[in-house]
Amino acid sequence: MGFKEDIQSGKFVVTAEVGPPKGTDITRMIHHIKALKGKVAALNVTDNQSAVMRVCTLAIAKVLMDLDVEPIYQMTCRDRNRLGLQSDLLGAAVLGIKNVLALTGDHTTLGDHKDAKPVFDIESVQLLQVINGLNEGRDMAGLELQGKTDFFAGAIVTPEANPLEPQFAKFEKKVEAGAKFFQTQAVYDMKKFHNFMERASKYNVPILAGVLLLKSAGMAKFLNKFVAGISVPDELIQELANAEKPLQKGIEIAGRQIAELKDVCAGVHVMAIGAEDKVPDILAAAGL
Amino acid sequence: MIVAEPKPVEEIKKMLDGYDKVLMVGCGTCTTVCLTGGEREVDLMATAVRLMHKVEGKDIQIGQQTILRQCDWEYIDELQNVEDYQAIVSFACGAGIQGLARRFTNIPVMPGVNTNFIGFNEEYGLYSEQCKACGECILDKTGGICPVARCAKGLLNGPCGGTNNGKCEISSDKDCAWVLIYNQLEGQGKLDQFKQILAPKDYGKAGNIRMLDLRK
Ligand code: SF4
Ligand code: SF4
Repeated sequence: MGFKEDIQSGKFVVTAEVGPPKGTDITRMIHHIKALKGKVAALNVTDNQSAVMRVCTLAIAKVLMDLDVEPIYQMTCRDRNRLGLQSDLLGAAVLGIKNVLALTGDHTTLGDHKDAKPVFDIESVQLLQVINGLNEGRDMAGLELQGKTDFFAGAIVTPEANPLEPQFAKFEKKVEAGAKFFQTQAVYDMKKFHNFMERASKYNVPILAGVLLLKSAGMAKFLNKFVAGISVPDELIQELANAEKPLQKGIEIAGRQIAELKDVCAGVHVMAIGAEDKVPDILAAAGL
Repeated sequence: MIVAEPKPVEEIKKMLDGYDKVLMVGCGTCTTVCLTGGEREVDLMATAVRLMHKVEGKDIQIGQQTILRQCDWEYIDELQNVEDYQAIVSFACGAGIQGLARRFTNIPVMPGVNTNFIGFNEEYGLYSEQCKACGECILDKTGGICPVARCAKGLLNGPCGGTNNGKCEISSDKDCAWVLIYNQLEGQGKLDQFKQILAPKDYGKAGNIRMLDLRK
C-alpha cells in the first residue's frame, strides 16, 4: 500500500516532510528520515523551500526511495521554466516517483539569493494541468511522449487565508485542474477550519490538514508576524510561554490538534521544521 | 508612459572620465513627465558635473539640448552641432538613448537614467508599474488590473499562499494584485471570470526581437 492507495481507501493518513540540506552532508536528514520511516504514509521533499538554495528535490526523493520511504515530490515554478519543469517531471517518473505536489513557490526576494531572476513561467494551477497532460502522454506543446507518467498530483491551500474568498476560488481551480489531494498551510483556528471543510468537502478531494510543531512562544509570535496565512491563537502562545519545557508542550499541542482533526478531514501533514525526529512523539500524543 | 529614474551624479561623472567636451540631451516626453530627464533635470545634472570637475581642478564643457522625443528620427534630427562633442549623455528611456547611439555612431552615447517600467502617474513624483508589454493583453479577463505586471509572480489564476490582508508576500506596502482583481470582478458581478483557468502565456511573443510593422 502506498500513499495514494492509503488516501483513497479512506484511511486517516499522516504525512510529514524533510527539507533537503544546504550542502552535501545529508547525515542529519537521513537520521530524520529513519526516525519517520514506518510512522508516516509519505514524506514531502521540499523544493528550495522559502526560496533558499539547497540540494535538489529529485536527488533527495531518490535517497528516500533507497531507504524505502515514499516521497511526495514538491515542485515549485519559481526556478525552472516549462522545459525544466517537464523534464524534471519525466525524470521523477523514471526514478519511480509517484506523488507530486504542485506549488507556485515563494518569491525569490524572500530567500537567500534575492538577486536571482524569478521564473514563474507557469504557476500551480497550470502545473497541475501539465502533470495531467504528461499522465495522458503529451507535453505542453501537445507532442506525444514515448511513455507517459502516472503521477498522483496534489496541491496546497491556506484555509486561514485572509481574505479567504480569492484563495477558495483558487482552490476550486486547482481541483478543476486535476489536484487529487490537498495539504494545507498550518491550521490553528479549528472553527475556521471546520467552515473551510464544510465548503471544501463537496469537491470530494482528500484534504490533509497542516499541523506545525510550535517549539516555543517566540516561534509562534514569529510565525504570526512573518508567515502569511498562519495565526496562532493567544491561548496557545500563553500555554507555551507558561510551560517549563516548551518543546514538550508543543508536541502535546500538536498531538491534541491531530486528535481534534481526526474526524474532520482525510489526514494530517505534520511540519516539524528541523525537529522531524519528534514526529513519532507527536503521533503518540495524538493517540495514533 | 515610460518611467525612468535618475542615475547618481557620481556614476555619470565616472562615465565621462577622459572627456572634456560632452553633450547632455534631455527628452521632452516620458522622462520629462517623470521628472528624470527633461530640460530641468539635464540642467541640474550638468551643473553638478561641472561643479565636481571644478572642485578637482579639471575643465569640462557641457552642452545642453532637449528635444521633444529621442525615440523618433524626426526630433533627433533637430539636435545641433553634435559632431563637436566627444561624448553624449542621453536622458531619454532606453529606446531614446539607443536612438542617439544609432544616429551618432562615431560618438559614445551614455545612459543618463535607469529605465524602469511602463507606469502610471499616481501623483506628482510617484509612479507605479502597470504593464510588462507582454504582447497579448488579458485585461478583459482580469477586471482591468494586470496580474502580469502587478502580481510579483505574474500569476494568472489567483493569489498565491503568501497574500496577506490584501498585501503581497514580497512587501506589506504593496497591494496583492489578485485581491484587487477579485474585489473588482466581485463589484462588477463578474466572478465567473475569476473562475476561468487562464492558459500559460506565450512568451515566444515577448521573448523575440520585437518589431511592429503597420506599413501597408
Ligand atoms: S496583460 Fe498586462 S503586461 Fe500584458 S499587455 Fe496587458 S497590461 Fe500589459
Ligand atoms: S501575494 Fe498576491 S501579488 Fe504577491 S505574489 Fe502572491 S498573488 Fe502575486
